[in-house]
Amino acid sequence: MSVPSQDNAARTGIFARAIIYSALILFAIYYLLPLYVMLVNSLKPLDEIRQGNMLSLPQQWTFEPWRSAWSTAQIGVSPTGLKPYFLNSIMMVAPAVALSTILGALNGYVLTKWRFKGDNLVFGLMLLACFIPFQIVLIPSARILGILGLAGSIPGLILIHMVYGLGFTTLFFRNYYEAFPTELIRAAQIDGASFFQIFRRILLPSSGPIIVVTVIWQFTNIWNDFLFGSSFSSVDSIPITVALNNLVNSSTGVKEYNVHFAGAILAALPTLIVYIVSGRYFVRGLMAGAVKG
Amino acid sequence: MAMTTTAQTAAKNPRATLQDWLPKLVLAPSFALILLFVYGFILFTAVLSFTGSKLLPDFSAWVGFNNYVRLFNHPNWITSLKNLAIFSFLYIVICSVLGLGLAILLDQKIRGEGVLRPIYLYPMALSFIVTGVAWKWFLDPGIGLEHVMHLWGWESFSFRWIKDGKMAIYTIVIAAIWQSSGFVMAMFLAGLRGVDNEVIKAAQIDGASTITIYRRIIIPLMRPVFLSAFVVLAHLAIKSYDLVVAMTDGGPGTATWTPALFMQKFTFGRNEMGMGASSAIIMMIMIFSIIVPYLYSELGGGKKQ
Amino acid sequence: MSFLQINELHKSFGATHILKGINLEIEEGGFLVLVGPSGCGKSTLLNTIAGLEPITSGEIRINGNQVNDLHPSKRDIAMVFQSYALYPNMTVGQNIAFGMEIRGVPKAERDKAIADVANLLQIGHLLDRKPSQLSGGQRQRVAMGRALVRDPQVFLFDEPLSNLDAKLRIDMRTEIKRLHQRMKTTIVYVTHDQIEAMTLATKIAVLKDGLLQQFGTPAEIYNDPVNMFVADFMGSPAMNLVPATIVTEGNKLAVKLDRGERQPILLPLSGGPAGLSAYNGKKVIFGIRPEALTDPDGADRNASQLATADCHIEVVEPAGSDTFAVTALGGKHVVARLRADANVKPGTTTPLAFNLTKAVFFDPESQNRIS
Repeated sequence: MSVPSQDNAARTGIFARAIIYSALILFAIYYLLPLYVMLVNSLKPLDEIRQGNMLSLPQQWTFEPWRSAWSTAQIGVSPTGLKPYFLNSIMMVAPAVALSTILGALNGYVLTKWRFKGDNLVFGLMLLACFIPFQIVLIPSARILGILGLAGSIPGLILIHMVYGLGFTTLFFRNYYEAFPTELIRAAQIDGASFFQIFRRILLPSSGPIIVVTVIWQFTNIWNDFLFGSSFSSVDSIPITVALNNLVNSSTGVKEYNVHFAGAILAALPTLIVYIVSGRYFVRGLMAGAVKG
Repeated sequence: MAMTTTAQTAAKNPRATLQDWLPKLVLAPSFALILLFVYGFILFTAVLSFTGSKLLPDFSAWVGFNNYVRLFNHPNWITSLKNLAIFSFLYIVICSVLGLGLAILLDQKIRGEGVLRPIYLYPMALSFIVTGVAWKWFLDPGIGLEHVMHLWGWESFSFRWIKDGKMAIYTIVIAAIWQSSGFVMAMFLAGLRGVDNEVIKAAQIDGASTITIYRRIIIPLMRPVFLSAFVVLAHLAIKSYDLVVAMTDGGPGTATWTPALFMQKFTFGRNEMGMGASSAIIMMIMIFSIIVPYLYSELGGGKKQ
Repeated sequence: MSFLQINELHKSFGATHILKGINLEIEEGGFLVLVGPSGCGKSTLLNTIAGLEPITSGEIRINGNQVNDLHPSKRDIAMVFQSYALYPNMTVGQNIAFGMEIRGVPKAERDKAIADVANLLQIGHLLDRKPSQLSGGQRQRVAMGRALVRDPQVFLFDEPLSNLDAKLRIDMRTEIKRLHQRMKTTIVYVTHDQIEAMTLATKIAVLKDGLLQQFGTPAEIYNDPVNMFVADFMGSPAMNLVPATIVTEGNKLAVKLDRGERQPILLPLSGGPAGLSAYNGKKVIFGIRPEALTDPDGADRNASQLATADCHIEVVEPAGSDTFAVTALGGKHVVARLRADANVKPGTTTPLAFNLTKAVFFDPESQNRIS
């Protein structure tokens, strides 16, 4: 990667460099502060938060808030902690991500390598679907889930997340396969490979990077979703984001800030881990999602 | 575009015919789902917005534009729109300025860029709910920033925006900027790195200073990035719901309602489905009026490709 | 009977008419080169033969059978692509055998076929490598191997040498010619390089804007171009096409070439095409290849019509094997091809010999050859 300002940088004075570094570090503190606050306060007893300084390290370290957030905290009506909701989210996210990714890959393959009259219109409509405010589909979605007998169930949430993820997964794969040489498809046709053989033997083995990007994107979006989760779940299928909000914003009882912070970190952990492990792909996914078309 | 078309051999034997139809058959389920779940549902909601539906959809209670009239006469909707205007303006402007500024600073051949960049960007991995919880308590006068300042001896320090109906919306802006500005930074950084090195060298030979080079050459070249950032941020702003729920749940009172929250509260909280539907339609019109021209220009109207 | 036959082939993409009624045929074992500038439709024509693009109307026959509606894999053809189109995730061996694998050929048979082809193309040591580990020339060989292993009725080549550097291109050109002589399989070959066309082809088809301009042997195309486009396109340096006037000199026709302020050149014709008499006193385009315009010592002794005229030399370009001299005739730069040691200097006047046996004339309006 070229660094256009290399030569500029060399000429900038030491004083200016000091200012630049100070500014950058200040912003780093700004971005890290909330995470730091959550972390240190999740390790303090409640009294220490109320009386002590939010920014100071725990005087008395305790993992009790974490244990409580995970398995005993009162969420809604039952003292179950976040654990069952965390599992709900996993059961919802895994199939939704897998299905939308597979369909997106096939759609991208068809839209780039098997063009037909009107393919651009089809793609345009799928792309536009990425941007609708989901509020507009809430009422009919609830109806259709009811008709299908999936209301308030995890399969219902899987269906919803899969459908509304299709636009983005198709976009990702379409843009990726667009750059895939069409001559390879032609060569495989002459070799007698069928539609699915070409996909499985020629395209799929070269799709590693875009699969990673798509899976990360879908995983992050669906894990972090709140709107669908709060609208279409019932007691047994509430995802983690909704449970966390219930935990934090329940109006009854004492506000256990330390448990809230521990819960928030628990809810953020999967996406944070994905981000730390594969930040490069994460960023690429964000960019691909930003630069549509 | 059709020039690059891969073979579709019209064929006589049945097997080849199946192969001809296979691509469309594979695409069809996805497309059908999108047609139904997106466009069908939009139509459903649009029709609903002209009915007086309360708890359940009721297509017999036709009320024409009544819901829209009531909507724009409803103080909560007006508050929602005002909040959306404040929120989107500040969110978009500050995120862009901050994102561009950080990107330019990071572009100065910074040692430790590899450490700083992920720090700026990680909030994007967090959900708005987690972001909301963190900032809700951090800005809480009882235990958060104000409390810390008092403990540090600044007794007169007061920061209770989150409890103040006039100022609460700004706390949501602060949290949202924290969550998204790193991403805008990443977009601008990629844009900056994509600028042709030779153009910059030419400007240096012409004697331009670093600041002049940025102001006159590089930033004007960032126009497409500004556009992309604007579209992404505007889209996020109009959809803003989770963060508000987590931080204030619309309060104090109705001070931090947004259109998305309005839709939810009216449809499911107050059983005013017709009005909820009309507010959703207005939201869609707002988003589409930004997105459609953008997509049209990005896709070259489907002709350029 | 011709082996590959194309009758009245039309191809449109939407409103764009790409191929406008192509008629071609090549005998078994022939080497047909489709040549023309980019966008002329030559690659589309090849793709329709392969079955990769449907045709709008017309007929394609291979070995007597109409193949219009056959799937590419059923046409008994093999194709070598411009980008080589090697499957990036497979080894060289797997690339070569992929078609057989799809057809369910047993492993032992596949391995034998791979070995034979690898032996023929001397790529045995590359079989376990991935395409990304190969040089351009090696990829080219593997792509040919993948085509050869099919043992098809027709080989199709889509600009196979255009991604190679100049030296390798000439080597591979020879290699392809050698393979053709050995395998005796019918080949259709697309290129925009007229030297490739001349050296490889038994028949050349020149295309422009979806229309077949001329179809014939390399010698016919080169010596008797039917129009100015073909004349200009084939040959390097290109044929000189000079505006001229046909006049009568004594009882014979002659070509008059204007030279601005200088005295016009008069080149008397004995014979020449019969149609030329109708142009007496009219403008024509006089076409003469650089090698037919030489220093008198280097002129073809057997030429029956040789005329010499003093020409003012503007630029001299020694090219090693020859020396090219540029002069101005009829308002155009005209290139003459002299012997390498010809003693010419820019700015001087020197006699040049016009070999009028090799000259051709075109109607300036229709641009067609006057016969």
